[in-house]
Amino acid sequence: MGVFEPNSQSIPDWDDIFTQLSNGQMADFPGGIHPPQAKELSNTIPIITPNLPDALYIPIKQHSGVVGNISVKIGEHVKKGQALTQSSHPFSVPVHASTSGTITNIIEHPSAHASGLPETSLELIPDGLDTWHLLPVITDYQSTPPMVLLERISQAGISGLGGAGFPTYIKTNTQKPVECIIINGIECEPYISSDDRIMREHALQIKQGIDILCHITQAKRVIVAVEDNKPEAYKSLAQACINDERILMASVPTKYPAGGEKQLIQVLTGFEVPNGGLPIDLGILMYNVGTCFAIADAVLYGKALTQRVVTLTGKALAKPQNVWALLGTPIAYLLAHAGYDSNKQKRQKVIMGGPMMGFTVLNDTVPVVKITNCLLVPEQDELPDIDDEKPCIRCGVCADACPAGLLPQQLYWYSKAKELGKAQDYHIHDCIECGACAYVCPSEIPLVQYYRQTKAAIRQEAENKAKSDKAKERFEARQARLLADKKAREEKHKKAAEARKAAMENKGNDAKDKIAAALARAKAKRAAAKAAQDNQQDDAN
Amino acid sequence: MQFSLSSSPHNHVRRDTTQVMQMVCLACVPGVIAQTYFFGLGTIIQISLAVITAVLTEALIVKLRGKAIKVVVNDYSAVLTGVLLGICLPPLAPWWLVIIGSFFSIAIVKQLYGGLGFNMFNPAMTGYVMLLISFPMAMTMWLPVQSMALHPYGFGDALSVIFTGYNLAGYDLNQLRELADGTSQATPLDAVRSGLIAGQTYSETLSSSIFGGSTWGLGAGWSWTALAYLAGGLWLLWTKVINWQMPLSTIAGVAVTALFLNMFLPDASGGVLFHLFSGAVMFGAFFIVTDPVSGSTTNKGRIIFGALIGFWTVIIRTFGGYPDAIAFAVIIMNIAVPLIDYYTQPRTYGHAQK
Repeated sequence: MGVFEPNSQSIPDWDDIFTQLSNGQMADFPGGIHPPQAKELSNTIPIITPNLPDALYIPIKQHSGVVGNISVKIGEHVKKGQALTQSSHPFSVPVHASTSGTITNIIEHPSAHASGLPETSLELIPDGLDTWHLLPVITDYQSTPPMVLLERISQAGISGLGGAGFPTYIKTNTQKPVECIIINGIECEPYISSDDRIMREHALQIKQGIDILCHITQAKRVIVAVEDNKPEAYKSLAQACINDERILMASVPTKYPAGGEKQLIQVLTGFEVPNGGLPIDLGILMYNVGTCFAIADAVLYGKALTQRVVTLTGKALAKPQNVWALLGTPIAYLLAHAGYDSNKQKRQKVIMGGPMMGFTVLNDTVPVVKITNCLLVPEQDELPDIDDEKPCIRCGVCADACPAGLLPQQLYWYSKAKELGKAQDYHIHDCIECGACAYVCPSEIPLVQYYRQTKAAIRQEAENKAKSDKAKERFEARQARLLADKKAREEKHKKAAEARKAAMENKGNDAKDKIAAALARAKAKRAAAKAAQDNQQDDAN
Repeated sequence: MQFSLSSSPHNHVRRDTTQVMQMVCLACVPGVIAQTYFFGLGTIIQISLAVITAVLTEALIVKLRGKAIKVVVNDYSAVLTGVLLGICLPPLAPWWLVIIGSFFSIAIVKQLYGGLGFNMFNPAMTGYVMLLISFPMAMTMWLPVQSMALHPYGFGDALSVIFTGYNLAGYDLNQLRELADGTSQATPLDAVRSGLIAGQTYSETLSSSIFGGSTWGLGAGWSWTALAYLAGGLWLLWTKVINWQMPLSTIAGVAVTALFLNMFLPDASGGVLFHLFSGAVMFGAFFIVTDPVSGSTTNKGRIIFGALIGFWTVIIRTFGGYPDAIAFAVIIMNIAVPLIDYYTQPRTYGHAQK
């Protein structure tokens, strides 16, 4: 298979790639790990829809990009699927009421983020009726212009449900030709089974989402990739896609982080997304299976994104399961639903996301948001805390595990020494924070934490530099302005002086002329007088 | 309810540094058993002395540095250094030699550089080289294979020789080195070396009794010991405690260099098997070269690092002033590690090769 070489004109030969994939030949990515899967805890029973919670806290920002303005008032009654924010900014998608009820407050509420910093949220008290405000249904999407469908995807508030939360319509609305759409059903994080369940139970609707995306992007090829530890999901999707010539099913060997966008592209195509580029530079767009489901919901059923599948798992839960959780549901409600026993933990801890890349949440009022795929509540000793950092012995198992071809250990030394330039020379920004290095480190060094701090420091430094550059620019501009003013003044003075001088000189000339004229006149007079005298003398002679 | 916070990843392999060190110590066992079987119980005493000194030194320095003794000593790295140094010493070397070497390895080579993870040089090998240069006589007093010795020694004898210089029957170390026929026996490396210096050809030196008639240059006892260390090393590979790059490239480096030298200087240099199974090559390839702290950290770098150690080992053995050379080769290459690492960085995803 081709290996990406920068500056070479090699672009993926899709026919070739499809032939190889259909023969079961795949590339591999370097490194990777095989942590215990623990998916069987939650993936055996169908997705459950819990009762409505007492209150929802809907953050107005649930995607990467710009926040919209709140378009409802306190006390206003809203219907399920009604937009709560609006914005004309292209990087903004609205958030919606997850059920019908009353907006009772606009407050700063702890966020579903590692920092837990409060962010503006709408408090919604459900009326228990769960009545929909549906958007007009677009059944005949094939004769609908792509822009209309994109607009719908935007209106429905869909951002990538796989984790990054990037607004889906922006990614889809690319100007470059789309050769291949990759549907990501890898779900390589241990414990999580939300994608697994949605693939098993809703393969047909995922297929509808794929069809809509193909229509919008005019892509001729689709690869649906499922990790080989999810045979039921694979079978179910394969069944749904069986009559579609464009679609190729790929069963990807289980290895973490095979579901990373860059890693999956490497596995399926043998190509790497060029540094600083995007998958579309290779003609690829990648979507999570849940996103496809949501797109079909928005277009064919007129439903905005108001809920998602969340895995509730971990041995501190009596009933691990997957649920359809309304966006904004406080996690306390879901934990109670799954039978959380806090006595099973010495230190109470809830991880949003998986054990490798998830973050611990601040408290149990934190809401479910669009990127919440899992709540992991491990019992004591299930995922023991690591707080016993020992010296790095340079063993290099981190480098062997790194899927990005980095030297994590060097990055660690430079991070520790705060050598930001060196860290950048060793490509710290290519770190995807998958945690494979820290997972294998025998010295139990929280490597990813070091990298995050270093990246933040680099960002801070860049901001400071930008600020000081700006200040310098302003200062220099001011100096230049002052100088220009001074010059202009001097110029003015000089001109004035010259003018005066010129005027003086002119005056002088006039005077001289006058004198000369006077002299001339006197001379003439004298000459005339003399002539007269001479004449008189002549006359007298 | 407030929750406790921690940073991802939240899962972790259960093998930590302590276990890695313990496994390397454990992997030495077959080699130590073979060494003890052929050359007597002295090695066990040397290892014990070296380990005790190493751990006490580590504890002392850690205390002076104001760190938690228990945490640092519990990582077993000092124990491992002691084991490795003890294995390299002549079985009946005097007690002060071991203690000086072990103290030097830990105090100077390891802790003065900042402790575990910060030392530039391999502690055990640097300690060994210091002893070899400072006390060349004592450091080359190797014993014959015990089954051929005139005066085989027991545990009491070993203790007595190490601490007093005489065994329980009053023989000194020189007498203990005698064979049944009254001559003394050198190590295979010494035998070949002194034979070459005396003007013999390599094949003539193989008639020395130590080779027991082996025309491959496999020294009695020594090659079995090397095989036992090889077995321990393969177990480390199997359990993924070490990577294949360094041991394999070291062995390849020795073999290729020996092959070339032997091709061009057949009379003045040893054969491939002689080099591989004499002295410390097998032990070194799996237990010394693989020290992660002072070795190269990139996969390509590890191959270069090992191969050049193999190269220098044979070169120094053939042209240098000392019979064995693994320790010197390792120290030379330790110096080159930053350079090797700099030029062998892996290609990052999406980037061009540097």
